[in-house]
Amino acid sequence: EGGMGTVKQSDDFTLTGSLPSARAHRRFCELLPQEHRSVEESLQARVSLEQILSLPELKANPFKERICKVFSTSPSRDSLSFEDFLDLLSVFSDTATPDIKSHYAFRIFDFDDDGTLNREDLSQLVNCLTGESEDTRLSASEMKQLIDNILEESDIDRDGTINLSEFQHVISRSPDFASFTV
Amino acid sequence: MEPVPGSSGSPPASPIPGPGRRAAAPSVGSWPVPRDPARRGSGGPARRAWEGRRRPAPASMTSAPEPGIPAPGGKAGRRRQLPERVSGGLSGAWGAVMSESSISALPPGRPSRQPFIHQESLSLDSSCFSSPPVNFLQELPSYRSIARKRTTILSRDKQSGTLLKPTDSYNFQLEGELTEDLDSQSIRKYALNISEKRRLRDIQETQMKYLSEWDQWKRYSSKSWKRFIEKAREMTTHLELWREDIRSIEGKFGTGIQSYFSFLRFLVLLNLVIFLIIFMVVLLPVLLTRYKITNSSFILIPSQDVDIQCTVYPISSSGLIYFYSYVIDLLSGTGFLEDTYLFYGHYTIDGVKFQNFTYDLPLAYLLSTIAYLALSLVWIVKRSVEGFKINLIRSEEHFQSYCNKVFAGWDFCITNRSMADLKHSSLRYELRADLEEERIRQKIAERTSEETIRIYSLRLFLNCIVLAVLAACFYAIYKATIFSQEHMKKEIDKMVFGENLLILYLPSIVITLANFITPIIFAKIIHYEDYSPGFEIRLTILRCVFMRLATICVLVFTLGSKITSCDNYLCELCGYNQKLYPCWETQVGQEMYKLMIFDLIIILAVTLFVDFPRKILVTYCSSWKLFQCWGEQEFAIPDNVLGIVYGQTICWIGAFFSPLLPAIATLKFIIIFYVKEHPVLQSLRAIHQLQHHLGSGPQDSEHLPQLAADAGLWHHFGSLRSAFFHDHLPHYVLLHRPGRSAQAGGRPAPRAAEPGKS
Repeated sequence: EGGMGTVKQSDDFTLTGSLPSARAHRRFCELLPQEHRSVEESLQARVSLEQILSLPELKANPFKERICKVFSTSPSRDSLSFEDFLDLLSVFSDTATPDIKSHYAFRIFDFDDDGTLNREDLSQLVNCLTGESEDTRLSASEMKQLIDNILEESDIDRDGTINLSEFQHVISRSPDFASFTV
Repeated sequence: MEPVPGSSGSPPASPIPGPGRRAAAPSVGSWPVPRDPARRGSGGPARRAWEGRRRPAPASMTSAPEPGIPAPGGKAGRRRQLPERVSGGLSGAWGAVMSESSISALPPGRPSRQPFIHQESLSLDSSCFSSPPVNFLQELPSYRSIARKRTTILSRDKQSGTLLKPTDSYNFQLEGELTEDLDSQSIRKYALNISEKRRLRDIQETQMKYLSEWDQWKRYSSKSWKRFIEKAREMTTHLELWREDIRSIEGKFGTGIQSYFSFLRFLVLLNLVIFLIIFMVVLLPVLLTRYKITNSSFILIPSQDVDIQCTVYPISSSGLIYFYSYVIDLLSGTGFLEDTYLFYGHYTIDGVKFQNFTYDLPLAYLLSTIAYLALSLVWIVKRSVEGFKINLIRSEEHFQSYCNKVFAGWDFCITNRSMADLKHSSLRYELRADLEEERIRQKIAERTSEETIRIYSLRLFLNCIVLAVLAACFYAIYKATIFSQEHMKKEIDKMVFGENLLILYLPSIVITLANFITPIIFAKIIHYEDYSPGFEIRLTILRCVFMRLATICVLVFTLGSKITSCDNYLCELCGYNQKLYPCWETQVGQEMYKLMIFDLIIILAVTLFVDFPRKILVTYCSSWKLFQCWGEQEFAIPDNVLGIVYGQTICWIGAFFSPLLPAIATLKFIIIFYVKEHPVLQSLRAIHQLQHHLGSGPQDSEHLPQLAADAGLWHHFGSLRSAFFHDHLPHYVLLHRPGRSAQAGGRPAPRAAEPGKS
């Protein structure tokens, strides 16, 4: 009882919407090796990044490594526990508030984890968006023009970087942010 | 610009490290990770606050203050505004000044002034909710209204009065405020991990013990009520029609195509509701009486002030009926269908007499028309409201379009590898197109006056051509309608089957041809008018929509003129040409019925006989050059949407004259849904296979047709207006440029290379 009770309690804390915690737990258990699938063990177990990246919802996502890194609570940021997994589902569910989504989006886009989005972060972000191979990248002048435009639109204090509040301000006016849902 | 405290080394007056400094302490990095255990070790001063101890003086200030981490859904109070967050990441005079003054203004040792803001404390901080760190943002009316709401909620909560265990005075306040504002539902909305939320909830539960019985019961009941509401909402979403289908479409093809299908679903529901209204109000009493279910009778009131001749309605029935006449009748609404519930002329009853009251049927008919038209208007407006809000925001040209595309551009619903590739190329293309457009706009701004005059005169000339094309189409429809009406009166057996059908359907055929040819012509013309790409698309769509809706108007107008035109004063008797049109309402209803049926036939025919063989040929004969150039299958969202809007317009116009038309429209849209869903699933996959056959990577040239499909920003498709202001339809223009796909691969490149061109 204790194990599944803990799992069900997670419903109170997460916004998984249509995917209650028991189902999420089943998905999580599928990633564990057969012998560790008992409830008690699965709540403590951690799943490596490679396995999470093989999930169908994340497979096609260019930000999958960043997503895993952001939600991982292990010291080396390379594995996810069940609670991390639930957090992930919760943030990406369609019942999560835009504030939560924008908060985590900022962290996902912050490739160097320094708390702001600087030019390198933005350029890496754009490269993720346009494709994964060398020939899909924008040219250097196009990239510069694009990043200049982005900073002009969103950098309120003109320091050359976008911090969380500027990011959230931009996102709150962005009509398409609803697509941040899995 | 003053240096950011921290972005360039040590700040002047305060020991606040900036975001740029790579923290030495392993516990945080400059970006505090909530679940970093090392950080836990080094200590959350906020954490210790929970345990009721004073926070130590700011010892390890290794992290940047996090500006504006939200406590969403929270009832934030103004009191807890933490000015330190201003300093994070802000440069500029106001930022530095504010931070410095606030630091100096605050007494040391109070934990809230501590610059090292633990992410938890910020998240839990009731004032964190979207409070902008900069003064001028607080001037925004939107922020002010939120702040006003917060304070009222906060004061309301405070009045509820909670008895808290007296602990350390500051921490008591801290806990008190936070738990006051919390209720269990909002714990979910904090950006914390689960163990933190668990702790929060435990604290809140201990607080509950000190509440009075009444408060406890109130809180419990509100919690369970909210839970019930959520469950109910979840249940109702499961009842949505075609929910799984549309979700899978969204996952495979993105939100652009999904919005088309959800619009289709909306129209199905709308037509169903309209039909239910008509059924309840008009059909039910008649049916009940006719089939003797209730004990009621019909009333026929002879009209006094209208000549008896006007009410005569002979239903034509020929002696010898060929077998194909039934087919013709089914397709055109004449013959055996004419005197049925389908058309206006059948409803000759003036009232239905029940036991206690008399039901006025003509009045009910009229009121039902008004009711469903009003309902349609209200529902569509409600559905479009979001779209309008977005249009208001977007009406500033290119407002935040780059940020929107880059930050919100990726559709996280995509699970399919090939769709992801399409999305990548779509984004790439859009970004390049936008950058290109910006360069072009700059070039246009630098035009000489001579060139300007030349271009304006060219545009005038081309607009005249457009008007000429439109006039030609309208004239053709007018002529076709007149011809059709005149020849419809001939006997069936005097005509060949095909000829008869052709005559009956002539207006519909002409309208469909016109709707097919004119977009191609417009697309060719606009190429010479030298507008910016965004404006090109808008203008083309505007012209096409105008074309579609105007053709129906011309048809109705022609019918009207035919009905009221008489040779020798016969019209004075009844107001219309009673000899030719004994019941003109039925005739109009028949025309609308024919239009609707023909529309359905054409959509089915095009999908089954044009797209499907094309797909087969492309997949299996892709080695032939001919099919490579021709065969790409696209799901043209604008075209398809215009098609279903056109169908719905016919339904609305015709519903008064043909009460069962909404039911037919419902069936039609259901058929269209299933037919369209199927080829879409197959055709786009065929393109991926084509790529493999050709051995090429995801280049733009092959993806351009799908880019149209994947214009993934048709979320809020409530109104066509959103189409007009949509920036992401360069693909529409591409679709209608013949031979485009061959050149398209080179399109971004030459445009980038030769900005001086055009």
